[in-house]
Amino acid sequence: MSRRVSIVLAGLGLSLLLASLLSPFVSSSPDGLERVAEDQGFLGRAESGGEAAPMKDYLFPGIGSEKAAAAAAGLIGTLGVFLLACGLASLLRKKVASEP
Amino acid sequence: MHIPDGFVSGPVNAAAMAVSAAALGAAVVRARKDLDDRSVPLLGVTAAFVFAAQMLNFPVAGGTSGHFMGALLAGVLLGPFQSCLVLAVVLIIQALFFADGGITALGSNILVMGVVGGIGSTYALRGLRLLLPKGRGGFLAAVAAASWFSVVAASAACALLLAVSGTSPLAVVLPAMVGVHALIGIGEAIITVAVVSMVLAARSDLVGAWNVKGARP
Repeated sequence: MSRRVSIVLAGLGLSLLLASLLSPFVSSSPDGLERVAEDQGFLGRAESGGEAAPMKDYLFPGIGSEKAAAAAAGLIGTLGVFLLACGLASLLRKKVASEP
Repeated sequence: MHIPDGFVSGPVNAAAMAVSAAALGAAVVRARKDLDDRSVPLLGVTAAFVFAAQMLNFPVAGGTSGHFMGALLAGVLLGPFQSCLVLAVVLIIQALFFADGGITALGSNILVMGVVGGIGSTYALRGLRLLLPKGRGGFLAAVAAASWFSVVAASAACALLLAVSGTSPLAVVLPAMVGVHALIGIGEAIITVAVVSMVLAARSDLVGAWNVKGARP
């Protein structure tokens, strides 16, 4: 296996591990922007929306355990981003002239 | 720092979308020139890592959390414009599938994290490298400073969009956003330096910013 393939697999593996094993245990405190919005009294302007999003709040639907739902959403999202970004990059990459 | 729908006004979102689209257009043009076959999986894995790490909120002071942004990391590996592209891919997936960041606010979020965070901080890194000593230590110091700057500059840009939208006065929202993100930026710097050190040790040829001509001793 070439070293390039192996570092891509290592990076993808690390990302999938982070997304599935750590994501169920992250801080649920408001983030920086939410904190400022709350303190300055404009949090109420946020429109809830996002009902069409299939994995709202990073939870895969239909899984009883919230931790398992978070892990599943993390895995699927990370894999989906990897495939989409690779697909986009291979469409955009420079084409080597086919003529000799 | 994902902006939800409702915080930024329609005209400001539209203007932000126009700037973001121009930056992404430039990224596409550059990809056709610079992005070779071997960079394709690197771009994919960078986007996957940024997405995964952005899920991991760590606590900062006062019942607040922050998460890794990854814009400067992507810039170090792929250059300023491909960093913007990576952040845009991540932000679009987050908005459409995870309701993280508003759909009407996508242009604003790409402007804040992709254009200011990705393009801005990667150029800041290039500037810092001229000031700091050449070699690994100087490079990592520049990476630390530029990654801290990426989060703080993005938060300032976000504050500006909120102020122009009439959501909160600039004199209030700018110091508030920059203050909390100055802390979150420390986490960004720690993670970015750790990841860049690992990639440098394993495969220094993948660290684009390290291999800029004349930058090494």
